[in-house]
Amino acid sequence: MKRLLEYTGIESDRLQFSWISSAESTKFVKVVNEVTAKVKALGPNKRFVKKEAKVA
Amino acid sequence: MSTYTEKIREIAQRLLKECRVEMVIGFRKGSVPMMNEPCFVRKPEEVDALVWDSNCGINLANYLTNRKEKIGIVAKGCDSRNIVNHILENKIKREQLVIIGVPCQGMIDKRKIVAMAQGEVLEVTESDGQVHVKTAAGDQTFDKKDVLQQNCSVCVHRNPVISDEMVADPVEEQKDVDPYADVAALEAMTTDERWAFFDDLLAPCIRCYACRNACPLCYCPTCFVDEAKPQWVGKSQDPIDVRTFHLLRAYHCAGRCTDCGACERACPMGINMRLLTKKLNKDCLDLYGWEAGLSLDSRPALDVYKPNDTNDSIL
Ligand code: SF4
Ligand code: SF4
Repeated sequence: MKRLLEYTGIESDRLQFSWISSAESTKFVKVVNEVTAKVKALGPNKRFVKKEAKVA
Repeated sequence: MSTYTEKIREIAQRLLKECRVEMVIGFRKGSVPMMNEPCFVRKPEEVDALVWDSNCGINLANYLTNRKEKIGIVAKGCDSRNIVNHILENKIKREQLVIIGVPCQGMIDKRKIVAMAQGEVLEVTESDGQVHVKTAAGDQTFDKKDVLQQNCSVCVHRNPVISDEMVADPVEEQKDVDPYADVAALEAMTTDERWAFFDDLLAPCIRCYACRNACPLCYCPTCFVDEAKPQWVGKSQDPIDVRTFHLLRAYHCAGRCTDCGACERACPMGINMRLLTKKLNKDCLDLYGWEAGLSLDSRPALDVYKPNDTNDSIL
């Protein structure tokens, strides 16, 4: 999904996946911090936002 | 090609007479040129309806879903791979099938013919790699290789991967083609260019769902686009709704699509939505060395877990 979204023009850090075991609490915190930093750097999402409905 | 037709009729007749199958699924001539349609033959005396030429692009595996009877089915390379998918996904049993394999040399793109022909196309015939088109204005002849469907022109699995009977000896597989050149070209673009490209590509979509219906992979009793409770995706023509539909349709085909081209062929707007499924095919090949439907002995890419799967191997 990440690769497909990027292929169709979504920024590469917008969607992120990680394998984290339920026992890996430190890894979880680390990943969450990284994800937030990367998303903050990207700024608000402008793609995949529906404007006012277009009525035919 | 006409020898294929004779052989298919002969095999179908034998299978029906010997009661090895209750029905043979093949093609018959359509009512307009280049539009052969699926044909379900149940009696030996009806086999003369069956034909084979380069207008058999519909994927017949689509008609096997959840069938209970014994079936003989005509299958070119891609159809046979979708039959393998169907067997792996428990949509049909191998024992129910007699697969009549057809070594394929590619299907004609009717849109190319219509674009190149002068005037309305009245009849299309073929011989020795040439396609003869009869129009109201006169006759034209094209090289078949110039009018192939795009997926056929880069196909590397022309021979059926699984069969019980063959209508001819295997054809030579194409070697010097790059099936993923178009995907690679898109990957080389910038993010903005890609977003704009898919906006343009999908703009004409009228959400008729012909692409979904033509695809043998799309057999869910209720498709996510048709559900109302919960409603997974907006049903409007808004570009974001259209894009969401296409992304999810493609993703549902990940690791399963054989690039048979039935979806693109069915689209009334001529949209090449295969660019989405092909990206996933390419990723499956790059990440897992996986191509769909080649063998009954291996589980599909999205169906296996390996302890050494990494973040990068999440499709
Ligand atoms: S998505 Fe299109 S090309 Fe892929 S299997 Fe379905 S119909 Fe064939
Ligand atoms: S067949 Fe074409 S127009 Fe219809 S839903 Fe699919 S892409 Fe859209």
